[in-house]
Amino acid sequence: MVSKRAKGLGAPKPAPAFAPGDAVRIASRPVVGHCRTPWYLRGKTGVVAAVQGTFRNPEQLAYHKPGLPGLVLYKVRVKQSELWSRYAGPARDTLEVDIYETWLEPVR
Amino acid sequence: MHDHDHDHDDHDHGHGHAHAPPQKDHDSEPAGAYEMLEKAISELLISKGVLTAQEIAAQIDSMDSRSPALGAKVVARAWTDPAFKRRLLKDTRGALAEFDIDIGSLADFRTVENTGEVHNVIVCTLCSCYPKMLLGIPPAWYKSLAYRSRTVIDPRGVLAEFGVELPDDVEVRVHDSTADLRYIVLPMRPKGTRGWSEEKLAALVTRDSMIGTALASPPEKPAAPRRGTAA
Repeated sequence: MVSKRAKGLGAPKPAPAFAPGDAVRIASRPVVGHCRTPWYLRGKTGVVAAVQGTFRNPEQLAYHKPGLPGLVLYKVRVKQSELWSRYAGPARDTLEVDIYETWLEPVR
Repeated sequence: MHDHDHDHDDHDHGHGHAHAPPQKDHDSEPAGAYEMLEKAISELLISKGVLTAQEIAAQIDSMDSRSPALGAKVVARAWTDPAFKRRLLKDTRGALAEFDIDIGSLADFRTVENTGEVHNVIVCTLCSCYPKMLLGIPPAWYKSLAYRSRTVIDPRGVLAEFGVELPDDVEVRVHDSTADLRYIVLPMRPKGTRGWSEEKLAALVTRDSMIGTALASPPEKPAAPRRGTAA
């Protein structure tokens, strides 16, 4: 059984554009309206830690639309020192966040 | 209970003993705006045939039955059964189903494991997403702006305020649950609990240890059972 938001997405599911280990940048866009990308993470660089599956697009669900096609969701790991220039803790500290594919850009 | 041997000089009464004033009706205060809104919406849903009053009551009952004790049972099983732990980390929904815990259809669950190298802590900066189906209603502080903002900015400072001081060689990993997944922390099994039963171990697993703002209780000091609503 899968969650309601992962149901009814139909086949074929989109192929993930990123794989674990890929370096990615979280897009910095002044989106007006509902989205699931916190402001403090926009423009920050991290690494894909896991591919979480395909879910309905929350930016459409919020406005009573079906949210299709579904979006691939990724777990992105970002170093705390990348988020906060004055982070006082050890360099190994991280933050993980779930970000939809449309908000990720490849870093070369 | 009345005490019939007490000294009656200090008060006036007619029939030999004192009565406490009648308990105030809990509903005697005027309803607040949110209460009125909730009433209006549930009455509308019922009158339009979307839901029945029984379904609403059953859902409230189901939510009330969720408490950190559920999560504690799961953690204690993971501590004692390595195969179960693997299933829990790989497929949390499936592993919880083994306990007849249905996490519902709204979100999927992930379990993150604390080890000697990584300490995980859960927050939701966008709202207050919480693994309710396993831990019950979140504590008030979890929903506070202070917890939600400070946990991502200064996690070690927040943990220290909860009494958790971690050495620098342990990575603190914050999970901001922004989307369709809910997280629970599998805390480390405390030392000195070798051979303990699942039931005894479960008493060491606090709500906060499954959020990541605490470690599991040490064996000499089992945690008092707490309901999810305690702040």
